[in-house]
Amino acid sequence: MQTVKMVVTGPFNAGKTEFIRSVSEIDVVSTERKISSATERKMKEATTVAMDFGRITVDDDLVLYLFGTPGQRRFDFMWEILSEGMLGFIVMVDSSRPETFREARSILETFHAYAPTPYVVAANKQDMKDAWDIEDMRHVLRLDSSIKLLSCVAHDRSSVKAILLELLYSILAKMENGE
Amino acid sequence: MALRGNLRDFTITQLLNLINLAHKTGALVVEGPSQTARVAFREGKLAYAQVDQEDSSLATVLHKAKRLNSGQFRSIQQRAAHISDKELGLLLINAGYLSQDDILLNLQQHYSDIVQRLFTWVEGFFHFDIDFLPPDERICVRMDLENLIIEGSRQLREWEQLQDEIPSLDMSLKFTDRPGANLRNINLNVEEWRVVSYINPRNTIRQIASTTKMNDLEIRRIVFGLLQAGLIEITRSESAAPQVPTVRVFPTEDKEEQKSLVNRLINRIRSL
Repeated sequence: MQTVKMVVTGPFNAGKTEFIRSVSEIDVVSTERKISSATERKMKEATTVAMDFGRITVDDDLVLYLFGTPGQRRFDFMWEILSEGMLGFIVMVDSSRPETFREARSILETFHAYAPTPYVVAANKQDMKDAWDIEDMRHVLRLDSSIKLLSCVAHDRSSVKAILLELLYSILAKMENGE
Repeated sequence: MALRGNLRDFTITQLLNLINLAHKTGALVVEGPSQTARVAFREGKLAYAQVDQEDSSLATVLHKAKRLNSGQFRSIQQRAAHISDKELGLLLINAGYLSQDDILLNLQQHYSDIVQRLFTWVEGFFHFDIDFLPPDERICVRMDLENLIIEGSRQLREWEQLQDEIPSLDMSLKFTDRPGANLRNINLNVEEWRVVSYINPRNTIRQIASTTKMNDLEIRRIVFGLLQAGLIEITRSESAAPQVPTVRVFPTEDKEEQKSLVNRLINRIRSL
């Protein structure tokens, strides 16, 4: 059995677990625990400490694993470990919480430094009324036009599929360019 | 849609950059701890700025810039208080007292002074109001934002340099192996000594900051100073988990098989 993996990363409460849950064929193996900080507790009851783990079986011989990273900086020692051998990665950004954009940019840079694999940025929660415009987010996140910044609603399977496909197209394009 | 947030998360420089790049029209409303500023833009260019009820009239601007003396200023206030800035500007130009360029330059300076004051606001909220229009009686300018952004960037530079030098607070510190150095002969201030007392590969910089009640900027400044002095070096925290061996991205080395594998993934995701 061959396996490949993709990493879903982003700040705390960006929607990583939900993203994986939307397409995983198994219940996401989530190593979540009760949140310790009062502020964080207001937003989520439990958070990912080590990682989420989802699976998509491609055929008899190939399985895609999706790994979600813990969003809080205090667990970032796990990031480098999770990034080992990834095919590509997805940076989830909560479009309605601009206070997390800088953190998202920093996470993106960190993962890109770990492995220069293709990536896409998913502007999640675009269905919320406070969501920022994609193009405004592009400016603030300092993403040039060559980087895919895609609208996303993590609980909508078709939206998640579109993000995964865009990442795979980027991976394929990179291979075809001989990079 | 929503362009609003907190100044702790977005600097004024970042906001100006966004407005500039996106050619936005409207007003950036910044609510600081004690004052509110409205800075209007037209197609990404600075048009007008005002802080609360501060007098931004042309007469006041020219008086502050010493282009009108106190007597002239008083006279205008008494006799021409009812006329708009545009009318006053025309009167001054027609009287040969000031040129159009003089007036616009002084207004540009006044508006950019207001924006530069905003760079010092680190607490407060902002939102972008696309419906805001500068008061009719005021004169608008058309000023590129690049120079203002550069000025704001200078102020941000220290913070960014510190972030570059110390990108993660989850690393630890250790004393450099310099047998000749004697810490007791080095002049450190109280804050630096407090940090030094916690330097240990088992403590992350973040933990030291938390224990000494310093914010990110303060701890980075001190750590940077100690690094520059060659007293300490950054090391991986001993509490971090060990790394696993390198894993291959693809299960095969063959390029064609790799492409085939990606195509199989694409087909599978499409079929979900």
